[in-house]
Amino acid sequence: MKKISLITIFAILLGTGSCKKDSAFLDVPPKQVLPTELAFSDPALVLSILGDLYNRQRDFSSLDGYPIPNTSDTEPGWRTFADFSEAFPSENGSSFIVQRTGWGYGEWYIWDYGYIRDLNLFIQRATAATKLSDGDKTRFIAEARFLRANYYFEMVKRMGGVPLITDPLAYDYSGNVTPLQKPRAKESELYDFVISEAESIKDQLPNDVNEKSRATKGVALAMEARAALYAGSIAKYGAGTPQVSLPGGEVGISSSLASGYYTKALAAAQAIINGSAGSYQLYKVLPDLADNFAAVFLDKSSVNQEAIFVEDFKVNSGRVHGFTTNDQPFSISDEGLDAGRLNPSLNLVEAFEKLDNTYAPLATKDASGNPIYYTDQLDIFAGRDARLAGTVLLPNGSFKGKRTDVWAGYQLADGSILTSGDAGQLKPLPGTSTPVQVTGKDGVINGQEFRTQTGFYIRKYLDPAVGSGRRGRGSDVAFIRYRYAEVLLNAAEAAFELGQIPVAAGYLNQVRSRAGLTTALSPVDITFDKIVHERRVELAFEGHTLYDMKRWRLATAVWDGAPMTVTDLVTNIGKANKRNTQPYGLWPYKYYNPGNANNGKWLFKEILPSPVTGANRFQLGNYYSQIGNDVLSANPKIVKQPNQ
Amino acid sequence: MKIKFHHILLTLLIATTGCKKDNYDAPSLKLTGKLVYKGEAIGVEYNQVPYELYQPGFGKVGPISQTFGQDGAYSSLLFKGNYKFTIPPNQGPFLWKEMAAGKRDSVAVSLTDNKTMDIEVTPFYMIRNANLSAGNGKVNATFNIEKIVTDANAKDIERVSLYINKTQFVSGGDNIAVTDLAGSAITSLSNIAMSVNIPGISPTQNYVFARVGVKIAGVEDMIFSPLVKLSY
Repeated sequence: MKKISLITIFAILLGTGSCKKDSAFLDVPPKQVLPTELAFSDPALVLSILGDLYNRQRDFSSLDGYPIPNTSDTEPGWRTFADFSEAFPSENGSSFIVQRTGWGYGEWYIWDYGYIRDLNLFIQRATAATKLSDGDKTRFIAEARFLRANYYFEMVKRMGGVPLITDPLAYDYSGNVTPLQKPRAKESELYDFVISEAESIKDQLPNDVNEKSRATKGVALAMEARAALYAGSIAKYGAGTPQVSLPGGEVGISSSLASGYYTKALAAAQAIINGSAGSYQLYKVLPDLADNFAAVFLDKSSVNQEAIFVEDFKVNSGRVHGFTTNDQPFSISDEGLDAGRLNPSLNLVEAFEKLDNTYAPLATKDASGNPIYYTDQLDIFAGRDARLAGTVLLPNGSFKGKRTDVWAGYQLADGSILTSGDAGQLKPLPGTSTPVQVTGKDGVINGQEFRTQTGFYIRKYLDPAVGSGRRGRGSDVAFIRYRYAEVLLNAAEAAFELGQIPVAAGYLNQVRSRAGLTTALSPVDITFDKIVHERRVELAFEGHTLYDMKRWRLATAVWDGAPMTVTDLVTNIGKANKRNTQPYGLWPYKYYNPGNANNGKWLFKEILPSPVTGANRFQLGNYYSQIGNDVLSANPKIVKQPNQ
Repeated sequence: MKIKFHHILLTLLIATTGCKKDNYDAPSLKLTGKLVYKGEAIGVEYNQVPYELYQPGFGKVGPISQTFGQDGAYSSLLFKGNYKFTIPPNQGPFLWKEMAAGKRDSVAVSLTDNKTMDIEVTPFYMIRNANLSAGNGKVNATFNIEKIVTDANAKDIERVSLYINKTQFVSGGDNIAVTDLAGSAITSLSNIAMSVNIPGISPTQNYVFARVGVKIAGVEDMIFSPLVKLSY
């Protein structure tokens, strides 16, 4: 009896205990994954998702570098600035940049549809969210649409037309993937998409000059102006390279569309210039114009109303970069042997105008071929565009309160040169017995890495804060993606192409007078060469070089694969199609001739650093990066690039 | 004792059967040849003119991509099978047959043994009777140019260049001296004479390599005369 009741109780217990529904028993809410409804219920959570999407943007040049696809390696930040003969890489492991004779067709390839899908999912989920306020929701969606348009813009610059996917595609597991295979859109359709997205989101984004790292109205308009300008110039100058086009329009834009795009570019740029997106203006704060130009990239306070959109960093937050560590002058380095990698080339330095608006090579020799002697190394650069000293740290230039020590050796009276393999290796001068230092502590010695091999160090983005050169601390200088001076130059170029020459002159003069070129250009001075030149010197090392040369179809002329001579270097300065295939250096020598009036003075020589053995050759097939065979074989609707 | 013996036998058996290699043999059949026009070799720039071999029937489609040497020769090590040989669009200083919709034609290659297959193409121009000589610190060249393509696809000469180099690689990218002759300055295509000064070579050598190239307007790759080694 007792047994039966025990069994009964047990059976009842078992019965009631198992009476839980299967769904209630099996559906345990996950503890480490946030479900979509929960993630999109709180603005702070949504912002953290959006923060990840902001971090995954892609620029051409980046201070903290980016991972190399299909490897565990990272492209270091400094190296993304080092190519195209605008700079020399003073690191032996990166000498391939100046030793190759061109770029592979796959160079600059990006195809991150995982990112596009995440953006599309974000837009879909944020649209469906019910617990967000309308204001938050509108802004979040507009920001994601901006990021999506900006990434498509980055893709079209490199790849031409790509599949335009604006919904998160879902696979139905039917075994048939055909509905997911989308063909490439036309190149013009990509640009139209970027422009129309910018137009439709600009008024949903905040109108705030002090918001620099999230999308604002100013950013949307700046992106629109740049995209329309690119499309206009591809339409206009692409007509000269009919080989670089595809019959379906995936690459190449009809020349009849050029003026329409230029008109849109000018209108978008003027919307920023006339203040409708906030009071953006050129940075004019410091009395020394070179310091002022360098500070555009360093000043993160609200005084800086030139920066429109930046990739920001913060010390002690984990989000810092090693640009200053990698590129600081060797003798002023905070990190011993870590220094001096990015050396601007003489090719770029020669491009900076004299203050009377004329071009002239740096005077190293007089008319009869004798060297010119200078008392101070900086004298040879006197009377130049202030952006030169603001972009490039010149020999004897000042950084962190010290001066750089850049010279290649003693030039002796008999014409020979006294130098050594290292600044620490002392040698006696002729007629003396006391060993002295015979080269600079910061270079220049052929093949000696981490010290300049061109005579120049980079100054743009170089952080003067205490400890910025240490690996542990790093630097938090921001990378400016869009700034007001570029908007002015975009407006000037669009106006020039539309025949509104006085308008173009007005915008160019604003940018130039900030750099100390106070003699205004008159409309007759405005030529295509002038536009090309102004962008080169103003926007050097900001990731524009390749895209500018591509859209003007100048890349094949400028990087034609022929080695450069010194004559090539010092002639035709300011010409848009000037050859620029090898980075030259300007080496200072100290003159030693006791009793001579020039004893102890400086002379300069144009020298090709010996690691430079290649010459850049840009082929027609480089205009649009090769689409990978994995993509081509997975999707038969994708057409190949021309010339490949 | 008996159990141990069994164990040894078993181990030996596993070891011997496991010794079979599990990878394929490397490709061993050689496909070689050169670019020709009516049997005459066409010189191009080293490593600049690509060709592609497709082997259909293996799921994913991707080419085996390689480039021609500067004498127009090519060679590939391949597996036995059927291939299609083609040259990508706008590559090479010659015309390649195209299909109706702008698609590139291909040559079927059935590979069962080593094979030599010359690739017949129609160059825009040919350099004929090139006669190069060195003397008095100069390299002199005389040659004729024959215009091959004269129909709607005809293209003008942009320039003619005489290149010399101290190694056997001679082209626009690899040279120690060059003389250019603009296409507009050429009045007659026969008996064109050019010369280039030989610069100082360090370390000293008493020979240079030279050849003449024709740059055709709107075509990226140049066409070259045969390479010659000139001693002086």
